[in-house]
Amino acid sequence: MTRHVPVVLASAGLAFALAACGGASSTGEAAPATLDAKADLSKQSLTISIWDGYSPKDLPQTVKAKLGFNTTVAIHDTNETVMAKLTAGGDSGIDVAFVSGQYAQALNAQGLLEPIHADLVPNLTNLYPEAAQLPYDKGNTFSVPYTWGTTGLCYRSDLVKTPPTSWNDLLSPPAELKKKITMMTTERWLALPALKMLGASVNTTDQATLDKAKAMLLKVKPDLLAYDDTTFGDRLKSGEAAMVEAWDGWCPTDQENIKFVVPKEGSDLWVDTMVILKSSKNKEAAHAFVNHVLDPSVHGWVPPNILYKVPNKTAMESVDPALLKDHPELAQTPADLLKGEGLIDLGEASVAYTRLATEVAAAQ
Amino acid sequence: MTPSPAGRRAAARVATLGPGFAFLTVFLLVPLALVLSYTVFRRGRFGGIVYEPTGENFARLADPLYLDVVLGSVRLAAVTTLLALLLGYPTAYMIARLPGRWKAIALVAVVLPFWTNFLIRTYAWIVLLNSQGPVNSGLEALGLGPVELLYTDGAIVAGLLYAYLPLMILPLYSAIERLDPQLREASANLGARPARTFWSVTLPLSLPGVLTGCVFVFVPSLGNFVIPELLGGGRRIMVGNLIRDQFLKARDWPFGSVLALAVIAVLVLLLFAQAWAGRRAGRNG
Repeated sequence: MTRHVPVVLASAGLAFALAACGGASSTGEAAPATLDAKADLSKQSLTISIWDGYSPKDLPQTVKAKLGFNTTVAIHDTNETVMAKLTAGGDSGIDVAFVSGQYAQALNAQGLLEPIHADLVPNLTNLYPEAAQLPYDKGNTFSVPYTWGTTGLCYRSDLVKTPPTSWNDLLSPPAELKKKITMMTTERWLALPALKMLGASVNTTDQATLDKAKAMLLKVKPDLLAYDDTTFGDRLKSGEAAMVEAWDGWCPTDQENIKFVVPKEGSDLWVDTMVILKSSKNKEAAHAFVNHVLDPSVHGWVPPNILYKVPNKTAMESVDPALLKDHPELAQTPADLLKGEGLIDLGEASVAYTRLATEVAAAQ
Repeated sequence: MTPSPAGRRAAARVATLGPGFAFLTVFLLVPLALVLSYTVFRRGRFGGIVYEPTGENFARLADPLYLDVVLGSVRLAAVTTLLALLLGYPTAYMIARLPGRWKAIALVAVVLPFWTNFLIRTYAWIVLLNSQGPVNSGLEALGLGPVELLYTDGAIVAGLLYAYLPLMILPLYSAIERLDPQLREASANLGARPARTFWSVTLPLSLPGVLTGCVFVFVPSLGNFVIPELLGGGRRIMVGNLIRDQFLKARDWPFGSVLALAVIAVLVLLLFAQAWAGRRAGRNG
């Protein structure tokens, strides 16, 4: 073993030097770029990062046909994956990223986002007025909302005795639902039902409140089938679960016996947004891209295809009424949605949520 | 100028060892050194590292919350290893004594599950064990069920055992197969019954294989985070989940690095112990 020590030390030193270089490059607060509304877009090209299946498959083709530049689509599976790329320092090569509102807020706080030049995005007028009232970015100064929704209870109407109306139906389940319910594992949504039951904010940083929430979550843990962020819809369909904590767009309400309800104590308002990176060298094309997505012909693809609501008034008005009848949660109005509490980035206090989630998961 | 024989040997050494060594340096030692260097700095608010030295990442390791997770993982991995040994030893023993052609077929059968994607194999267990699955339907038909099979520690152990049993069987097989049959014959000629021969001759001589198999099963079991999530339903976290979450959810790279380092330390200790015990067993043999 001793023979290898010098190599280990040398590479440690090298790594250290590399790391130190990375740390030294600061994220300077550059002034917003002056953008040329008449720039020749065909000389630019775009890389966007988005969740798989979250935009029309032919989006690069329609962009090319209409705007004249090439678009490369990179896929990320979670907000955290793309955050890691965007915050690693230097140019990530990504021009436009799709991230949730609280992550857009965190990116902006680090000075990584280009302000939205509204004059280059005329289709912003298609958005509902409520879409400019989102707490992580009032007035859409650095982000443009793409989809929005809330979290509630998704259940099998044939397997529950009484339809749920309260988060308490999840946190203190009746005997017949024991081992037939799932909750989400991602920390903010894990805490949400308990926080709402306590009448607290989903963005609370009060430790006493979080402790109370933890006690409620620990109490229900033995009654849960599983913690599940991704396959709860399938569990409902198979009958393995009868009631699950779910995002509205993920509740398979196309099944006759599956329903979605927002509990009476209230819930959250989540938003997935488009942001333009300050490091982008194709900012005019990036704005043209965002503008293109806000076109009802593109944005209107979302509700019928992936069952998410979009904050685009013109696009929502063109949705087939039959679809709304089959999926009542799609018909939720912006005013109703805004009753939900917007998730914001909690900065240092997010550590408390991580600890709560670990404590709940580790408890046996 | 003709290079000297010594020079040629050196050149041959560089040509043969060089590529592998360079690969390991770049893709093993450098990342390892990065992980090592992360452990002493603060987490960045948005992920990454803030280059202010701190010792608190190591202090957190002593937090009962994380200690419990680590100990719970060690327990599950140990149970898995023990069961793998109990199942794997007779299997390896029987394969080693099969006639040549059957030996090859049996070995292929042991490795065969590796040809299917790991996630798909794990999902198959979910299909099998869930409350609406065939096992429970069968039990119900017999008036015995439904039984809570999935999302338990038992399901996690079953999944780990299934995934890593071949890693136990293969080193055991190669250790047992190598044994000189004349030793067994000598033991029999000297009057030992088969059981005595096994305990006094075969088992001690195959001990290096046992140790290798145990390390091969214990280490990946300890670090696995997919099986606890899928078969444990997220109701139990193992140290692998904890490490993954530090990097992919909590944005706490320094603490994640400390945890990773702790697992590496356990691994290195185990490998040393295995090498030491293996040498001892070899000497005695």
